Amino acid sequence: MNIDAHVGTAGGDFVATGVSKHYGGVPALTNVSIRLEPGKVHALIGENGAGKSTLGKIIAGVIAPDTGSLTFRGEPLVLRTPRDAIAAGIVTIAQELTVVPSLTVAENIFLGSETATASVVHRSAMRQRYDELAALAGFNLHPDTVVGALSTAEKQKVEVMRALSRKASIIIMDEPSASLSTSEVGVLHGIIRHLAASGVAIVLISHFLQEVLDLSDTITTLRDGSLISTAPVQECTEHGLIEGMLGRAQTAAYPEKVLAPSDAPLVLDVQHISAPGVQDCSLQVRAGEIVGIAGLVGSGRSEFVRAIFRDAPLSAGRVVLDGTELKKRSPSASIREGVAFIPESRKEMGLLMGRSIRDNAALSRLPWLSRWSWISRKRELAAVTEQVAKVGVKAASLAQSARMLSGGNQQKILFARTLMCAPKVLICDEPTRGVDVGSKRAIYDLLVAKAQEGMGIVVVSSELEEILGLAHRVVVMRHGQITASLEGDNVNEQAILVAAFADAPAA
Amino acid sequence: MTTTATNDGAPVLEARSGIRFPAFLRSWRTTGILIPFVVLFVALCLKSAPFHSVNNIINIFNQQASTLCIAGAFALVLVAGGIDLSVGATYGLASVVGGEMAMHHSAGLAIVAAMLAAIVVGLLNGLIITVVKISPLITTLAMSFVVSGIALRCTQGNLIALPPQGAFYLLSNMHFLRLPSAVWITFGFVTVLALLLNRTTIGRYMVAAGGNMEAARLAGVRVNGIKLLTYVLSGAAAGLGGCLDLSRLLSAQASSGGNALTFTVLAAVVVGGTSIAGGEGSVWRSMIGVLFIALIGNGFILLGINSLYQQIVLGAILLLAVGLDSWFRYRQN
Repeated sequence: MNIDAHVGTAGGDFVATGVSKHYGGVPALTNVSIRLEPGKVHALIGENGAGKSTLGKIIAGVIAPDTGSLTFRGEPLVLRTPRDAIAAGIVTIAQELTVVPSLTVAENIFLGSETATASVVHRSAMRQRYDELAALAGFNLHPDTVVGALSTAEKQKVEVMRALSRKASIIIMDEPSASLSTSEVGVLHGIIRHLAASGVAIVLISHFLQEVLDLSDTITTLRDGSLISTAPVQECTEHGLIEGMLGRAQTAAYPEKVLAPSDAPLVLDVQHISAPGVQDCSLQVRAGEIVGIAGLVGSGRSEFVRAIFRDAPLSAGRVVLDGTELKKRSPSASIREGVAFIPESRKEMGLLMGRSIRDNAALSRLPWLSRWSWISRKRELAAVTEQVAKVGVKAASLAQSARMLSGGNQQKILFARTLMCAPKVLICDEPTRGVDVGSKRAIYDLLVAKAQEGMGIVVVSSELEEILGLAHRVVVMRHGQITASLEGDNVNEQAILVAAFADAPAA
Repeated sequence: MTTTATNDGAPVLEARSGIRFPAFLRSWRTTGILIPFVVLFVALCLKSAPFHSVNNIINIFNQQASTLCIAGAFALVLVAGGIDLSVGATYGLASVVGGEMAMHHSAGLAIVAAMLAAIVVGLLNGLIITVVKISPLITTLAMSFVVSGIALRCTQGNLIALPPQGAFYLLSNMHFLRLPSAVWITFGFVTVLALLLNRTTIGRYMVAAGGNMEAARLAGVRVNGIKLLTYVLSGAAAGLGGCLDLSRLLSAQASSGGNALTFTVLAAVVVGGTSIAGGEGSVWRSMIGVLFIALIGNGFILLGINSLYQQIVLGAILLLAVGLDSWFRYRQN
C-alpha cells in the first residue's frame, strides 16, 4: 500500500462487479460492472432514470447495493456510509453543491477536518494547509471570502479543494457543468483534466455528450438500469452514444423551425425596462415566434424575464401584453393576463416536491376549476389528466408525489401547469436543465407546437446549442443590457459568443 | 408509452381518501394518531366504568370545545408555513373583553367585541409577518406578551364573573340532541376549516405556500394574502374559544388560556401529524390530537394516577410524534 498517500496517488483500480439495486421491487440497477482506473476520466451516461446516479451513489457509499461486490486496490471494500467512502478516498461532488454559504472558503474546505486541539482551531496551521491545497489545485480563491458571495463555478472550486483536502483518489462529479456558463465550463474542464493528470480517478456523470466526448477516457452507457456498453472514447461518437442511451436511433435533436408569418401580431412588447440587474432592455415577441435569450450566467437574463413576468419592480419602461400593460408587480396578475413563466430551478422555484402531480399541475389553474373557491374535483381531474397526457408525463398515477419523478417528468409537470392556463406568452428559463435526452426532445417538440398554435415563446438558456436549435431570433445579454439582437443568418455561435463576451478578449 | 394513469378514475379515489404516494407515509400519518387514540379509548373504557358513560364523553367534548376550535385554525397556520404562539393570550383577551362587555351591554355586542379584538390580533400578526417580514415565531411570541398585557390592563388584574342567568350563558349551554351548543358550534367551525383546507383553492394555496413559498408565488398564488388569512382565522378561533369558555364557565381573567393553552394546542396539532415545517397537515387529525391529549388527562383522573406522570407521558408522546415525523422526512430524502 501507499504509505505516502498524498493527493492523487491512487494506488490501484476500483472495481464494482455485478452490482444490482432495487427500490421497492423496481430495479434501479441490474448486474452492472465497472472498473475505474487512476488518472482516467470515466463517464457515466444515460437518460434520467437509467441508473447512472444510482451507480454513482453506490460507488460513493451513499447507498448499499443489494447484490454485487466492490474492490478497491485489490481488496474487498464495504461501504456502509459516505464516511466510509471518504475514508477510502472516494468523494462526491454532487449536482446540488453542499457548501455552507455562511462560512468562508477555508472553513468550508476543512469543515469536519479542522486542524484543532480540543476544538480550538489552529488558524495558522489551517492557512498553511489551504495555501498548499490552492497551489496543488491551481486556484486563487481567497480563503476568507464568504462562500455565499461566490458564483456557482467558484463554489465548485471550493468543493474540488475540499475533495483534494480529503486526499481523494476517486472523485465522482454528478452533472458538474449543468449550472455553469460557457466560460465557467471551460474552467471546470481544465480542473477535471488537471485532476486526472495528477492521478485521480474521475467519474463524470453528465448529460452533455460533447463534454463527455471531450473529457473522458472511457464511456459507460446505461439504460433502464442495465449496462449497455463500456468503450474507450476513441470508439465513441455522439450519434452512437445517443442511440445506446435511447435504445433506438435518434432523429434530429431539434424539431424543424417553423417561422412565424411576418405579419403575425405582436403579443409581447417590452419597452425599455429597467429593473434590479436589468438596464433599458426591450424585447418584442410576435405570435408564433420563439425568441432565445442568451448570455453568460449573471448577465441579467433571468432578471430580465422575471421583470417581464412582473416579479420585480420596474424603475423605468413598461411591459405590454397583447395590448394590455402589465402595471402591477404581481405574478398572479401576469398569469391572469396571459403570461406564463417556468423558472430556472424546478426544485426551489417550481414544484411542491412533496405534493402530487395533480396538486402541482393544477396550482395555477385553480381559479378556473373552482367556483367561489370551491374546487370542482371532477373538472380538476379532467383538466390535469388531459394536460398531463398532452405534455407526456410518465407516471404510475396522478397521485404520485413530484419528488418521486425523474427530472424530465418534473419539468413536464411545470409545462402542464403553465400550459393549462393557455397563455399568450410562455417564458421558460432553462427549460431543459437536468433533463434527459428523450424528454428534451419532447419539450422542444412541445415548444414548437405551441408556437405554431400562435403562442409567443421566450427561451432563456445557457446551452448555446439549444438557443441555436430552437430560436427564430436571439437576444444576447451582458451586464444587464442587451448587446445584440440577431435574426436569420446572423444567428450563429460566433455572433452570440462575441455579443455575450462583448468587450472581453476574443473568446 | 405514455401511460398517464388517466384510466378508471383510480387516482380520484386515492386523492379523496388522502392517500397519496408514498402510501406508507400517508397512512402512517393517519394511523400514527388514530391507532394510539383508539387503543387509549378502548383501554379507558375497559379500565374505568365512569369513563364510557355518555355524560363523561359529552363532558370531554364540552371541555375541549375551545381547544378544538383553536387547534383547527392552528393547523392551517402550520400548513401555510407559519406558527402562532399568541393564541393562548388572544383567547384570554377575548374572554376578558367579552366578560367586560357582557356586564354592561348585550350578549351579542359582547361576542362581537370579543371576536373583533381577537381578529385584530390575528390581523396584526399577519400584517407584521407578511409586510414587515419578521419571523412568525418572534412576531407571535412578542404579540402574546402585548396581548396578555392589554388583557390585564382591561381587568386591572381582577376576575370577571358573569351572572348565571344572563343571555351570554346561552351561547355555550343551550342543548340540542343532548349536546351543548358549545359542542355544536365547535363542530360547525371545525368542519368549515377542514373543508376550507381540503376542498377549496384557499386550502390548496395554504399547502402550496407552506410547501414551497417561492414556487407558490411564481405559480400565481398570492402567498401573503393566504398567510394573512391563516393568522386572521387563528385569531378568530382564539376569540371563539374565549367566548365559548366564558359562556361555559361564566368567569374570565387575563391569565386564562395563556402559554399553557398555546402549547397544548401546538402539542395536539403536532401529535396529529401536522408538520411544523409546513406544507402538510390536517384539521381532523389535529382534532384527534386534542382529544388524545384530553383522554390522557381524563384517564389519569379517572384512574387516580398522580397527574405528575401525565406531564411526563405527554412530553414523551410529543417527542415520539415529532421524532417519527422527522425520521420519515429524513428517510424520504
